[in-house]
Amino acid sequence: MMHEQTTLTPAIETKMTARDVKVFYGEKQAIKGVSIDVDMDNVTAFIGPSGCGKSTFLRTLNRMNDTVASARVEGAITLDGEDIYASGMDVVQLRARVGMVFQKPNPFPKSIYENIAYGPRIHGLAHGKADLDVIVEKSLRRAGLWDEVKERLHDSGTALSGGQQQRLCIGRAIAVEPEVILMDEPCSALDPIATAKIEELIHELRGRYAIVIVTHNMQQAARVSQRTAFFHLGELVEYGVTSDIFTNPRQERTKDYITGRYG
Amino acid sequence: MAEHTIKAFDEEIDKLRGLIAEMGGRAEAAIENAMLALQRQDKSLAAEVVANDKRIDAIEAEVEKLVIQVIALRAPMANDLRDVIAALKIVSVVERIGDYAKNIAKRVPLVATNQRTLEPVSLLPSMGQVAAEMVHDALNAFAARDADLALAVIERDTVVDDFYNSVFRSLVTYMVENPKTISECAHLLFVAKNIERIGDHATNVAEMVYYAATGQTAPERERGGSQQPQES
Repeated sequence: MMHEQTTLTPAIETKMTARDVKVFYGEKQAIKGVSIDVDMDNVTAFIGPSGCGKSTFLRTLNRMNDTVASARVEGAITLDGEDIYASGMDVVQLRARVGMVFQKPNPFPKSIYENIAYGPRIHGLAHGKADLDVIVEKSLRRAGLWDEVKERLHDSGTALSGGQQQRLCIGRAIAVEPEVILMDEPCSALDPIATAKIEELIHELRGRYAIVIVTHNMQQAARVSQRTAFFHLGELVEYGVTSDIFTNPRQERTKDYITGRYG
Repeated sequence: MAEHTIKAFDEEIDKLRGLIAEMGGRAEAAIENAMLALQRQDKSLAAEVVANDKRIDAIEAEVEKLVIQVIALRAPMANDLRDVIAALKIVSVVERIGDYAKNIAKRVPLVATNQRTLEPVSLLPSMGQVAAEMVHDALNAFAARDADLALAVIERDTVVDDFYNSVFRSLVTYMVENPKTISECAHLLFVAKNIERIGDHATNVAEMVYYAATGQTAPERERGGSQQPQES
């Protein structure tokens, strides 16, 4: 594969690995043999034109594609060396360890408090109200939302602004103590200020969680990530240090895409 | 290279390249005319070189403005980014090259008072020619994104340095033998130094072009001799 030529600074702690991953939707092959390592200490951005497979690939990392009946995944994906597609893998538990934030903020139609408390409660992470209170505050603080909502924790989560809702969703993901957070275009429905807050949040969360973000906004990839992977037509064309990808990409296809020459 | 999806971006890049090509052409002409004026002791040609330098300065300002606009509005990436940053740096260097040519032209009336042709002057036109060609090639390399041509320019700098050492020695020798010519010879030393600096600047431009074209810094060049002339 081309991307293996790219020099990466050694990851301090590899969290997830994918080896020759192929995804099929029925007859159609959406991912054509992708191998990549995601590490703990760097934010990884997936970029590429619509339909390139970046979101599909992201979804293989916590088996979200299982919910698509026609989807079939080949290859190996591991979390801490453990095969996440192994038959004994508890998918619910996996998705708690590998959390996800979506394009459109999707808080539960419940209170702010309940949005955060729901996950820890069903995963048995809290014993009693006092425990939950601590988790809710800690999660909202990490999500950078606490100061804005601490006086109205029992208001509906859907009453928040779009940016606040998205931070609530990040807080909800954090509440179950994940190891990896996958973000699928988390800012595409947000204004620039709310986007900047999410980006700052990603920066703060870096190192505590392995973070993978899919984004259409190349400037965003440049701003928030330390590693960038460029996908095209289901292939991983190039994976490297973000500053290298944006100043001196090795592959012609990467260059054409990031310089705005993509047909 | 493929066009940008946004056509206006290509137009701005083309405009930038056009301005730099014009600037390079003017700097090259300034060097050649300054040397010609010196050779022929042509004060009006020298005055023209001085006057024309204003246009070089104006282009520098225009390019700076355009580069800032392109960065702000187009957020150039990868080779585009390297190109516009190179453009910004190149114009400030070419502006200096223009200043050196102007400085040579300004010395023409000061050496033209002497009707005798100074012997060391014979080397200067060839030296000037090499420097002007380096400027020409460095900017052609930018226009064509030609890393090999840029490397060739970088290698040629030693030719100018060697010329400078020869001119320096012969001028010093000449001054020792003809103390009455010291004033003129001192000016000619500055002329030689100016050309030597032009060679260095053309080399810098070539290094920027190499980086813009390849994303790699130019390989370290071999420094044959010292840039400073040896005491003779």
